[in-house]
Amino acid sequence: MEQQFDTSKIGMWLFLVTEVLLFGGLFVGFGMMQARYPREFVEAHEHLTRWQGALNTVVLLISSFTMVMAVDAAKKSNKNRQVLFLALTIVCACIFLVVKYFEYSHKFEEGWLPGRFYSYKGDSIPACPGVNPSQLASNPPPAPAPGAPVQQCTNGYATFFSFYFMMTGLHGFHILAGIVVLTWVLIRANRGEFSKNYYTPVDLVGLYWHLVDMIWIYLFPLYYLIQ
Amino acid sequence: MDQAISSVPRTGDRPRPKKNYLNETKGFMSWAGTLDHKRIGIMYLVGVLTAFLLGGIFALLVRLTLLTPTHKLFGKVLVTAEVYNRLFTLHGVIMVFLFIIPAIPAALGNFVLPLMLGAKDVAFPRLNLASFYLWLTGALMAVCAMIFGAVDTGWTFYTPYSTTTDGPVSLMVMAAFVLGFSSIFTGLNFIATVHKLRAPGMGWFDMPLFIWGIYSTAIIQVLATPVLGITLVLLALERSFGIGIFDPRIGGDPVLFQHFFWFYSHPAVYIMILPGMAIISELIPTFSRKTIFGYRAIAYASVSLALVSFIVWGHHMFVAGQSQLATVVFSALTFLVAIPSGVKMFNWMLTMYKGNIVLATPMLYAISFLILFAIGGLTGIFLGTLATDVHLTDTYFVVAHFHFVMMGGTVTAFIGGLHYWWPKMTGRMYSETWGRIGCVLYTIGFNMTFLTQFFLGSKGMPRRYYNYLDQFQPLHAFSTVGSWVIGLSLFITAAYLLASLRKPADAPDNPWEGTTLEWKTSSPPIAHNFEEQPVLEREPYDYRPVAAAH
Amino acid sequence: MDWVRRLMMPDIQGSEYAKQIDFLYMSLFWLCVVLFIIVTVPPVYFAWRYRYKPGRVTPHDTHNTPLEITWSVIPLLMCVGIFFWGLKDWMEYAVAPGDAMEIQITAKKWLWQFEYPDGSRTINDLHVPMNKPVKFVMTSEDVIHDFFVPDMRVKHDIIPGRYTEVWFTPIAHGEHVITCAEYCGKGHSDMRAKLTVDNDAEFAKFLETGGTEWEDYFSGKDPNKTPADWGRIQYETKGCNSCHTIDGTRSKGPSWKGIWGKMERLNNGQLVLVDENYVRESMLYPQAKIVEGFEPIMPTFQGLLKENQIRGLIAFIKSLQ
Repeated sequence: MEQQFDTSKIGMWLFLVTEVLLFGGLFVGFGMMQARYPREFVEAHEHLTRWQGALNTVVLLISSFTMVMAVDAAKKSNKNRQVLFLALTIVCACIFLVVKYFEYSHKFEEGWLPGRFYSYKGDSIPACPGVNPSQLASNPPPAPAPGAPVQQCTNGYATFFSFYFMMTGLHGFHILAGIVVLTWVLIRANRGEFSKNYYTPVDLVGLYWHLVDMIWIYLFPLYYLIQ
Repeated sequence: MDQAISSVPRTGDRPRPKKNYLNETKGFMSWAGTLDHKRIGIMYLVGVLTAFLLGGIFALLVRLTLLTPTHKLFGKVLVTAEVYNRLFTLHGVIMVFLFIIPAIPAALGNFVLPLMLGAKDVAFPRLNLASFYLWLTGALMAVCAMIFGAVDTGWTFYTPYSTTTDGPVSLMVMAAFVLGFSSIFTGLNFIATVHKLRAPGMGWFDMPLFIWGIYSTAIIQVLATPVLGITLVLLALERSFGIGIFDPRIGGDPVLFQHFFWFYSHPAVYIMILPGMAIISELIPTFSRKTIFGYRAIAYASVSLALVSFIVWGHHMFVAGQSQLATVVFSALTFLVAIPSGVKMFNWMLTMYKGNIVLATPMLYAISFLILFAIGGLTGIFLGTLATDVHLTDTYFVVAHFHFVMMGGTVTAFIGGLHYWWPKMTGRMYSETWGRIGCVLYTIGFNMTFLTQFFLGSKGMPRRYYNYLDQFQPLHAFSTVGSWVIGLSLFITAAYLLASLRKPADAPDNPWEGTTLEWKTSSPPIAHNFEEQPVLEREPYDYRPVAAAH
Repeated sequence: MDWVRRLMMPDIQGSEYAKQIDFLYMSLFWLCVVLFIIVTVPPVYFAWRYRYKPGRVTPHDTHNTPLEITWSVIPLLMCVGIFFWGLKDWMEYAVAPGDAMEIQITAKKWLWQFEYPDGSRTINDLHVPMNKPVKFVMTSEDVIHDFFVPDMRVKHDIIPGRYTEVWFTPIAHGEHVITCAEYCGKGHSDMRAKLTVDNDAEFAKFLETGGTEWEDYFSGKDPNKTPADWGRIQYETKGCNSCHTIDGTRSKGPSWKGIWGKMERLNNGQLVLVDENYVRESMLYPQAKIVEGFEPIMPTFQGLLKENQIRGLIAFIKSLQ
């Protein structure tokens, strides 16, 4: 049993490492693009609502706490507390997603959208009109005439929001997957399946949940706070 | 010499078990829903060999087009440029993602690893089955992409060509994404298995070197593949959403794609070669009837190859526009990564010294590996050296180099391992005569095809061309004929291996007198591998005579 | 022994640098031959010398630390040496001399456009003077390409949205091949150009006439290559199309459709016939006559258009009835 528990813990840690590398690639990509468009990235990030981001951070921190409490309750074979804290964790996760919903819909309204869908008009440097890249082959832009002035527009804002939606979207997807798995564990806990002899699923879901929280802890300052 | 192949049917005097993992349960669902690592290994084997066949057909078509300087044969257009570009792309995509990366770990490794560790199965059998279905899903997605017009970007998907060309590029890269997760979960499974499921008495340095090789491979699979995954997602999003990361016309950097891509794909080539070397580390001591020379060196070399492989990716980009400092640093580090491979070659050589060598088919493949991998590895020096790489990169020299290491190395080892473990997996022995014919023909055909390509490349023949200057024709024609010899040799090999399945399953437990734990159970093994939990009493590859009889 | 070199490297050594690269390559080749023998002959020999004999007991040689260290350190030192040799030669390739003549290359699917310091341009036809360093400043209009000159042993990727550089000093007179070395689609295999290394007189003549491509168009041998076609190429590549249309639409300048042989009214009320002289004057001294209703914004093409290009444009305008 103990060998099985240890083994599955190794498995979960390895999986978490792959998740770090998955998001890591996006963090590196964000860094490269920020170096390319420093001014646009700073300007664009002003459009993010800091209080909503901060609220979400607090909500996730609380959810990590309730998760720890759930694991503790399982270790102590306390069924009711397990169920309670797992349910609270799920509630926090749902609150996170609801706040995200409001954040996203505000952005859709204003036109702060990824890539070629970016349509906000209030930037200090004009944003380049969106181009569908797979159309570029059949409709190549005309070559600039010699001596013509260089076009003064930037793709930086669109790129910022591309990364914003990709990273928070991927993270949100992981929260959603977490809710599904937590619900499954909750149902099993309610059936009394976990005790001090066997609480592996609760422990492993806890590890996953803490990683998802930690990724947000990096995302939040990077997007919402850095000048 | 054939007397060296043991015909002693059983170790000890136990009767042959009537039921083994193949006939224990029957029916489609007993295979489709199996959690037995051996059955999963067999399903993978059938899958990757089918992919190898498909990729091989594309290769033969590519070489056929290159028989003449234009794309015409006897005056008629054989393939158009658009078709040729898809042929070489699909050859690469299928061979890399569907065949070589999974082949040794998922097909042979799945079968052999738990047996060698003295375990009942891998750490996470359900995850293992899921890995297989992910492979299958990725394969089906790739086939769909082929049917819906196929892709002409090259297997490297460089931007902005790949973000702007027509075709189901996003579908194809998502197929590779799914295949990547199959690879990640296999690696994850193996790491956990090696850490936790070793037999009593088997410390880290008592494990067979095949395990060390698979373990090192698994480290790379887990760490590198997610980066490819996110890169491919970014590519697909660039195509549909125009996010502006890789395409310069929407504000992106095409060289950034190359950095992301090669950060995975360089370690990926070590995912390909480390298992091949792992097999050679089994074949040589067994068929030399002598202990492996430098066990710890080989073990450490395997892990250090895995780790150093992560810091050399820029050597694919010396002329791609990366900074000059990066170029210099990557060249220096690339020379570092050559050393562990060299060390292994010497260790294998010294294992054979004063051995008692049986030249059975697996051993012939092992010797062929030593020759072909030596050429592949040495030609890497020309490419790691900055000044010569400038001339040689993006020419047929590179094509020759990587075929020597990937095919001359990994595929040769794979075929050798397949022959080695064939009696264990199927319970049958194949025809030794045909085995030797196949190996010799393969080695000759391989050299004909690819040795010539070094000369083509250094004389100035670029890659991915379907027309070429007349002066290159003699070498190209010779190379094409070589490809037919390879095709013939592989056809022969497939034929006699399949023919062996018609014989009754009465192979000995240990035909090669191997010392590792998989040979201590029946051929084929029973469903739960061992009748009793084996306990390790001797080091692997210990060919000293047992002091006293029991 | 040059025949061994010519077995592997291009026959022509187009520059001194090419000779250095060949020397490095051949040295590595011989070194690898020796290493290959060291690594593969023993196993093959052992397979025969120690072939199976029943009952033979093999020695239990598990390791030999001094030996293992030796065969790790010696290759490492060799690698260090080779790295520095490669670095030394590469540094020469990587840094162009300050006095190199600059030629701009624009690569696009699937042709090469070369622009010389005097502003003249050729397509797929590169001329350089012998024994003088020439530096190429390159960009792409679409996907990644690569400028590869096998005889010079140099190549570098050409990237859209950026400029990259490569240089050489040619010593081998005559024609050489330029070939694209980064896959770029359907026409990748056919994306070749001709490099001609001229002596000083030939190069001067080349700059004067702007290449020999125009000869095809004016020779009349190919019915598909008329002077008007040559003119259309200039219209599309020299910037005329940014201000003049050929379908009658008014733009920053008058459309060329149907103007040949007409009487055009100028902004000072005068009427002028659109003939060879008028068109030539408009290109070289555009401020001399301005058509009524248009601004005097046309830049001069004095020195930017060769005689054959002017003739081609005239033929082209004539054809736009």
